[in-house]
Amino acid sequence: MSSTEVKKIEELANQEYKYGFVTDIESFTLPVGLNEDIIRQLSAIKKEPEFMLEWRLKAYRHWLTMEEPHWSNVKYPAVNYQNLSYYSAPKKKPALNSLNEVDPELRATFEKLGISLEEQMRLSGVAVDAVFDSVSVATTFKEKLGELGIIFSSFSEAVRNHPELVKKYLGSVVPSTDNFYAALNSAVFSDGSFVYIPKGVRCPMELSTYFRINAANTGQFERTLIIADEGGYVSYLEGCTAPMRDENQLHAAVVELVALDNAQIKYSTVQNWYAGDKEGKGGIYNFVTKRGACRGVNSKISWTQVETGSAITWKYPSCILQGDNSIGEFYSVALTNNRQQADTGTKMIHLGKNTKSTIISKGISAGKSQNSYRGLVKIARKAENARNFSQCDSLLIGDKCGAHTFPYLEISNPSAQVEHEATTSKIGEDQLFYLNQRGISTEDAIGLVVNGYCKEVFKELPMEFAVEAQKLLSVSLEGSVG
Amino acid sequence: MLLEIKNLYANVEGKEILRGINLTVNKGEIHAIMGPNGSGKSTLANVLAGHSSFEVTKGEVFYNGKNLLELSPEDRAREGIFLAFQYPVELPGVSNTNLLKTAVNEIRKYRGEEQMDAVDFLQMIKQKMKLVELDDSLLRRSVNEGFSGGEKKRNEIFQMAVLEPTLAILDETDSGLDIDALRVVANGVTKLKSAENATIVVTHYQRLLNYIVPDFVHVLSKGRIVKSGGKELAVELEEKGYDWIKEKVVA
Repeated sequence: MSSTEVKKIEELANQEYKYGFVTDIESFTLPVGLNEDIIRQLSAIKKEPEFMLEWRLKAYRHWLTMEEPHWSNVKYPAVNYQNLSYYSAPKKKPALNSLNEVDPELRATFEKLGISLEEQMRLSGVAVDAVFDSVSVATTFKEKLGELGIIFSSFSEAVRNHPELVKKYLGSVVPSTDNFYAALNSAVFSDGSFVYIPKGVRCPMELSTYFRINAANTGQFERTLIIADEGGYVSYLEGCTAPMRDENQLHAAVVELVALDNAQIKYSTVQNWYAGDKEGKGGIYNFVTKRGACRGVNSKISWTQVETGSAITWKYPSCILQGDNSIGEFYSVALTNNRQQADTGTKMIHLGKNTKSTIISKGISAGKSQNSYRGLVKIARKAENARNFSQCDSLLIGDKCGAHTFPYLEISNPSAQVEHEATTSKIGEDQLFYLNQRGISTEDAIGLVVNGYCKEVFKELPMEFAVEAQKLLSVSLEGSVG
Repeated sequence: MLLEIKNLYANVEGKEILRGINLTVNKGEIHAIMGPNGSGKSTLANVLAGHSSFEVTKGEVFYNGKNLLELSPEDRAREGIFLAFQYPVELPGVSNTNLLKTAVNEIRKYRGEEQMDAVDFLQMIKQKMKLVELDDSLLRRSVNEGFSGGEKKRNEIFQMAVLEPTLAILDETDSGLDIDALRVVANGVTKLKSAENATIVVTHYQRLLNYIVPDFVHVLSKGRIVKSGGKELAVELEEKGYDWIKEKVVA
């Protein structure tokens, strides 16, 4: 590229985070530190039944025996887990019947983010379970979903109201001993979403949760559990933005999905947490365990993610294809800029016969960022006729960033068909000049090329989300240059 | 006077390619620029469009009274300059429709005009497609991806039809075209001609000029226009070859 193009791209890469602000709502926060007392207090605040406390303590005791993993292709200073507070909730927590009862300042925060709850309810028919810091403050459309027997609530409520379901499925996909961060999450998770789709029910609307990290120095540990019973269907949307701050914020969520016979779960994420300043200071650490079990025959789980935020992203939404003929899909766009680091990908574990998986990963690196795809395709001995198709593409913008691909294949059945394609490309000066020559600015030209490159993933997103995802990419790459 | 090039010099990677070009183009005219390989034809086309790999070292270019060399490539396009590329690039995942809609609206914004709504836009492009006998499916496909050589060139002329430039520069648009595609492309260009616009046709061969009849023919050699004339000059060149010009220059 010529020096002017490089300069332009550097300018684009150097824009400030648009959604940086802190809301001034009084928070109730547990003292910093982590021990059994803190966990007991946390469980008591949340009025949890005994089994939940026991589960947490068991996870905590196991966590104490574990070491923080360092195998990923990311670098960051050590996290002091005794220096975090494990619970923070808006102090005035009323029981809400409608959005009108929500704290006006909180509402204003949502408005700033451009995710007005009212608008979403009115215009798009999306039921929103908004998580502000760690506690659900608004749950909507509950009644309508209730008529169909669908449970969509905060995780805390589910623990109190549907303990039998929680007991049966919690930790059944991601055991509390699974990994360092999952164990920590299991011990101290604050809240999250719970969804249960009964037999034969097709959820008529997209279920959506906006996560938000707000109180300074509070690690956030969400827990999400989605169960689609036999023949059930649900599409779930998760989206995030976070306010600007100086301390690094740890985020270690766990998401578990269970699809029984003939059930389908579609899980879409648009993630835009604060990535830190140009030097990478102050961004979110996003260490997430997301896993789905296609437990029943003909079941299907589809992950779609658009990752543009966080200082460090470390996540591998995975599928365990247990049921015969089950299908796992992973569609991902991961964009890194400035000093962001992402190590993300998926695991497709084929256990059942005739299981199929598809992996489409699109990495985009700009600035001085490092972007790694890491994926495992495992075909077990008894998985007859398993098939996988993987496509991992990397796009480089500028010449100071890096793209890495780590594909792992473990195949124990000779009937398996596994295909892997990988490409690395650069946004070409010729492409940009061609678009310039059609009257399109370099900024918009980069947007067009990048969005075109991600098209295969965007088409998997629900319509409104696809629009939001395109906007996010634009914000991440273009923003203030005019 | 639409375009006035005065004593233009330009380098590529430190090597001098254009050595004092003088050319004047008025509205309503078609100019053909001919010359052997390496004479600077494509360089001239790219310099006019503002490609950053080409460095102008001397001379002036005025377009509609404005100093063209001070404008960014996108502003030149918005001012009505269109380059039909010799090698159109592929843009995976970017549909022709999306590209053109963005381009049309960017140009309109620059000119202080209203954005075109989706229905009007679709109607307009459907109509323009007929001009170059392009299939509807090419609208939804990614720009130039998997297009044949002929389709790419026709697509360039289609984009030109949509963007309605004041000054169109066709850079070796005939290269790689069979005779049918050549006829289609040339018909498109001819139909787009009006008293309000001008066209510069850059070509190595005379055959395109059987279809697009130029008002003026200029012969480029070693970065200079060494001979100018009417359309009959192209025929003479075809008969006698470029060596004839070279000899004349030496003499």
